[in-house]
Amino acid sequence: MSGQLINLFAALLLLLAFAMLSQRRILSLIHLYTAQGVVLVCAAAVMGHATHQPHLYVSAGLTLALKVFVIPWILHRVIARLNVRWDVETLINIPTTLLAGIVLVIFAFNVAAPIAELSSSIARGTLGIALACVLLSLMMMITRSKAVPQVIGFLALENGLFFAATAATYGMPMVVELGIALDVLVGILILGVFLFQIREQFDSLDIRHLEKLKDQ
Amino acid sequence: MSPLGAASQLLEIAAALALAPLFAGWVAQCRAWLQNRSGPGLLQPYRLLHKLFHKDSVIAAHASPLFRIAPYVVFGCMTLACGIVPTLSTDLPLSPAADAIALVGLFALARVFVSLAAMDVGTAFGTLGARREMLVGFLAEPALLMVFFSAALISDSTSLTTIVKTLSSQALVIRPSLAFAAVALVMAALAENARVPVDNPATHLELTMIHEALVLEYSGRHLALIEWASALKLFAYACIGIALFAPWGIAQAHAPGALLLALPVLAGKLAVAGFALAALETLSAKMRIFRVPEFLGMAFLLAVIAMLVAILLQGAP
Repeated sequence: MSGQLINLFAALLLLLAFAMLSQRRILSLIHLYTAQGVVLVCAAAVMGHATHQPHLYVSAGLTLALKVFVIPWILHRVIARLNVRWDVETLINIPTTLLAGIVLVIFAFNVAAPIAELSSSIARGTLGIALACVLLSLMMMITRSKAVPQVIGFLALENGLFFAATAATYGMPMVVELGIALDVLVGILILGVFLFQIREQFDSLDIRHLEKLKDQ
Repeated sequence: MSPLGAASQLLEIAAALALAPLFAGWVAQCRAWLQNRSGPGLLQPYRLLHKLFHKDSVIAAHASPLFRIAPYVVFGCMTLACGIVPTLSTDLPLSPAADAIALVGLFALARVFVSLAAMDVGTAFGTLGARREMLVGFLAEPALLMVFFSAALISDSTSLTTIVKTLSSQALVIRPSLAFAAVALVMAALAENARVPVDNPATHLELTMIHEALVLEYSGRHLALIEWASALKLFAYACIGIALFAPWGIAQAHAPGALLLALPVLAGKLAVAGFALAALETLSAKMRIFRVPEFLGMAFLLAVIAMLVAILLQGAP
């Protein structure tokens, strides 16, 4: 039963990754990111329950606090202050991105299949999905031209990694997990400051401006 | 072919013919309630059909025989489609004749005929509607096929009755692939049945209409047949959804008692499905025609993900 539940959560995670890839609005992107956090919390809690590993509950609690409450709250504040609620510009049009996403998923499934056979975890089948989520988030970072969606792509990538760790090896050691959680938190704070700086310099969040040299 | 099988087949087609307008009326009524209107009443589609059958049919002077044949072909296709989808029983003599792929083919055949008929008279609107219909159709079709394939992966057969038998007889397991396929099916069904995000069934605004533009030249009994056929199509899609994703209560072979029970169960499920459809239509806004490919691309994508997830998680415990 818990194996099925984890499969369900894995599938939901993949769905949310695709939804983020197809999303045009920054506000909806943040909502999707929050939903991804909720799914991760559920997956970690179910894993902890199924395998009797109490430290998974701790990481679930940590995820809940950070990825469902703190980081979305910071993101909401950032976009409110930057006043960028709606526009997301994509470099490639969205259907093409989604089709490329399918190719990435097939690639990830094929890469993960031999690795998953080595693992003895109850959720080994989901490793491919976790890898696919990582690749999809990477693609989201590549295909967006504005800074805020790229930051959200980075955060979604970390979600995929977290799920891969939970699925393949019952979570990372506590120290590593705490370290990553803090890293993400500090990362989002720094990136937030960075966003304001970009806006002040260029009057826009389009990172293509960063490619120009200053003295030209 | 057992006599019980023949009986259930006949009953199923009769139920589809009789219930399809009621289902369309129920959806319209729910929509009216949700929009704070009083609504035309459940029986309005029957009244409309009755009125249209008693009117004279006016046909353009230049219309070819194809224009006259098309409503009958479309109606026949939809009736057969309702006969193939197991709604009441899985013991259907017609079902070996056509599997899920042939069902999609039947929908396509109907679409081709109605589009050809729309172009036949040579009005600008008919051609415009036909082109739009083909645009929507060729994008919705692969999504629908993929939905069927992801359900077929579970039961190792593309025959709808086998799929329903397998799905309804197994223990309750959570299948994420089927959940995705269900969403994809809903999206494809909205597009194919000219429902709100893609087309507005109540519109007569020339620039946006798809289905209405197609049947603009028809009147009298021809229009009645086409309207009935589109009600049957909606009914068939609802039944496909029920058969694939909520197959409990459909009678198995050699169970005459279950057949009696299957009808009220089906009616209950259809009532829920109709209300959900009306709620969905009320909540969403009609999209621009150039957004439709993206919408249907999403449906296709979801169905492909469903298949991939089914393949990947099949080996997992």
